[in-house]
Amino acid sequence: MPAEEKKEVKGTTISRRQFFKQAGAVSAAVAAAAASSVIAPEEAEARTTFAEFFQNNYRLMTDEEKKEAIARLEQRHSEEYGKKVTVDGSPAMKDVLFGYALNIQKCIGCRRCVYACVKENNQSRHDTEIQWIRVIRMEKGNFTVDDMDKGYPNSPNESFGIQVGGNAYKNAGVALEGQHYYQPERVPEKDAFYFPVQCMQCEKPPCVKVCPVRTTYRDPDGIVVIDYNWCIGCRMCMGACPYWARRFNWGDPNLPAEEMNPKTHYLGNRPRMRGVVEKCTFCLQRTRKGRYPACVEVCPVGARKFGNLLDPESEVRKILDRKKVFRLKADMNTYPKFFYFID
Amino acid sequence: MKNKVSFIVDFFSYGLKGGSSYYAWLGILSLFILPWAYGSYQQMVAKGMIVAGFTDQISWAVYEGNFVFLVGVAAAAVTVVFPYYVYNYKTLKNVVLIGEMLAITAVLLVMLFIIYHMGRPDRLWHLAPIIGIFSWPNSILTWDVIVLNGYLVLNLICAFYNMYKRYTGQPLNEKFYMTFVYISIVWALTIHTVTAFLMNTMATRPMWFHSLMPLKFLATAFAAGPALIIVALLTIRKNTKLEIPDEAINLLSQIVVWFLGIALFLLLSEVVTELYPSTEHSFQLKYALFGMFGLSKMVPWSWTSYLVMIGSFVLLLIPRVRKNYTFLPIICISLFIGIWIDKGYALVISGMIPSPLGEFSEYTPTWIEIFIIAGNWAIGLMIFTILAKGAVGVMLGDVIHPSAAGKEVAHH
Ligand code: SF4
Ligand code: SF4
Repeated sequence: MPAEEKKEVKGTTISRRQFFKQAGAVSAAVAAAAASSVIAPEEAEARTTFAEFFQNNYRLMTDEEKKEAIARLEQRHSEEYGKKVTVDGSPAMKDVLFGYALNIQKCIGCRRCVYACVKENNQSRHDTEIQWIRVIRMEKGNFTVDDMDKGYPNSPNESFGIQVGGNAYKNAGVALEGQHYYQPERVPEKDAFYFPVQCMQCEKPPCVKVCPVRTTYRDPDGIVVIDYNWCIGCRMCMGACPYWARRFNWGDPNLPAEEMNPKTHYLGNRPRMRGVVEKCTFCLQRTRKGRYPACVEVCPVGARKFGNLLDPESEVRKILDRKKVFRLKADMNTYPKFFYFID
Repeated sequence: MKNKVSFIVDFFSYGLKGGSSYYAWLGILSLFILPWAYGSYQQMVAKGMIVAGFTDQISWAVYEGNFVFLVGVAAAAVTVVFPYYVYNYKTLKNVVLIGEMLAITAVLLVMLFIIYHMGRPDRLWHLAPIIGIFSWPNSILTWDVIVLNGYLVLNLICAFYNMYKRYTGQPLNEKFYMTFVYISIVWALTIHTVTAFLMNTMATRPMWFHSLMPLKFLATAFAAGPALIIVALLTIRKNTKLEIPDEAINLLSQIVVWFLGIALFLLLSEVVTELYPSTEHSFQLKYALFGMFGLSKMVPWSWTSYLVMIGSFVLLLIPRVRKNYTFLPIICISLFIGIWIDKGYALVISGMIPSPLGEFSEYTPTWIEIFIIAGNWAIGLMIFTILAKGAVGVMLGDVIHPSAAGKEVAHH
């Protein structure tokens, strides 16, 4: 293991294979360290809650404190869910900046990504139901000759002011006419296309700027993370996010033990508590170990692409080079690392 | 030290004593405590914020609205402090302390509402500098923490130092006192400005995202605040021996008209600017004014508040109405409620509709939320009543140290 770690690549680029290896090494080290502490159950509960209450923000903890915090969580969650829960603490890898690209031409709106995400990331299943990805159904534009002279003003003498033709009332396929509650028999529907939205991991994230306690911050691999134990639940970040990417645990999350994914990360999919905010992290529990995010893996049409933006050979970089790419709400100037493209 | 303790004891025991109507008033207010306690238990202990009407789409609502509105009420103390100290407007002599008591109460109430707004009030200490992380200067909320706490301290110092000196019959240390008075005048403007910045720097909420917001906040605050002070003064004048000249009340009602006029002008500018080009950025205002896509819960509220503001403005412009002390408090109370609806309810909630992704949904407060809000207000009114009563006692010379009784010392 230490031998592996020394192989760290220094330049600005890194091959996919190297990035996979490094990630594995780091997380294995942390997991091994964390698994080594054992405490008596009842007392542990009280001590854990107490110690958790007074722990520092994850970003500022020493390595020792991080290990303790992780061990506490593993102990508590293993008891709560009746299975061996691991909490990973892998830091961001060197020379990696994660980026995401989504092909809106291909997306069929099946929402498999939504449910794969919920399963992978331990979201609350009901009351309230939390989903990090929302797929917006967009109407296709529909102009017809029959309607072209309808609208107002309807008398030729009233030619002042705005004139609205009948067709102007129709949807022309803009986000505001979209909705994310569609329930058709089959997808894709004839008159629609689909536009999935999730946290864009902005390089200039307004959510981070407004957070009064800096519990949400950008990690070096470009992921905007949240220390759920430090969040005070003020929801400034939810107000500031232009993409409606953040969700709040209004009550105690409802996560059935049998559906709980025991492979968790401290800053990612570990179970959350009441009164804190959460959002997509590009599955950092997976991606920091060189795996794909769950949504990328599950997408049946291959609309979702993911990789290292610093690696010119990565899929995302190639897409950025070759496809027609745009970002959602570029006017907000938040520099999202989530790109939309068409072939 | 002993004097200070006896001052506090005398002050509050005077504040808690009163005639039967005084106790009846406090008794009515205390009726709100039981549902409030039930609601607080449900939200804070048993179930979490899920018992309130929030959704991920409308994640700020009435707690936040009340917080914003009450910051304005707190800032409004400056409408009496400023003319009294800067323009030497002597008729306000007995009014300044009442204004400061109102400011202290409003800031305390602001803090109470913030606690209910937070998902994790148990982690409030994370915000404390040194032991927690205070993300200053990046986060505007941290500025708000500074200015609000500062304002509370300033008002406590100004008011209680002044009253303590009266109590012991000692002269004020002018330099010390006036320094704090001047700082508090400027500071009053900062609290409401920063609170406006908290909202209007959210570029993704077009209804808030305009530079008129701080000015409009101040204008509505300087109408609503003095309106409440007028009601308080008329009540005090009726029930105590404290002398409050008509000119003091007339000055305040004039301040209300001026600032109400400015507020209405700013509202007009906003409506024209938004609605004429009618881009998607005007949807939130349109939702508030007319409803959109069949969702119109906000419409009666917005129009009530606008009509009340316009109506009060027109009525208060007429000197005869303004000086009629039977009508005046009725107008003042409805204006106060009208501005509360605008700032405390319509502005915050409509700003969240539609969501940044363009989703329209509506908000309905739950009973628990209503219990909590009513209870918080009742607590606030109780605090204000007791503080104001105590201050009246000091001004009348009823609350006085035995050694100082009978001494004449010139005072502000
Ligand atoms: S999409 Fe929203 S939550 Fe995600 S980084 Fe950007 S501002 Fe923050
Ligand atoms: S809700 Fe949590 S993460 Fe969001 S701004 Fe408040 S403290 Fe920060």
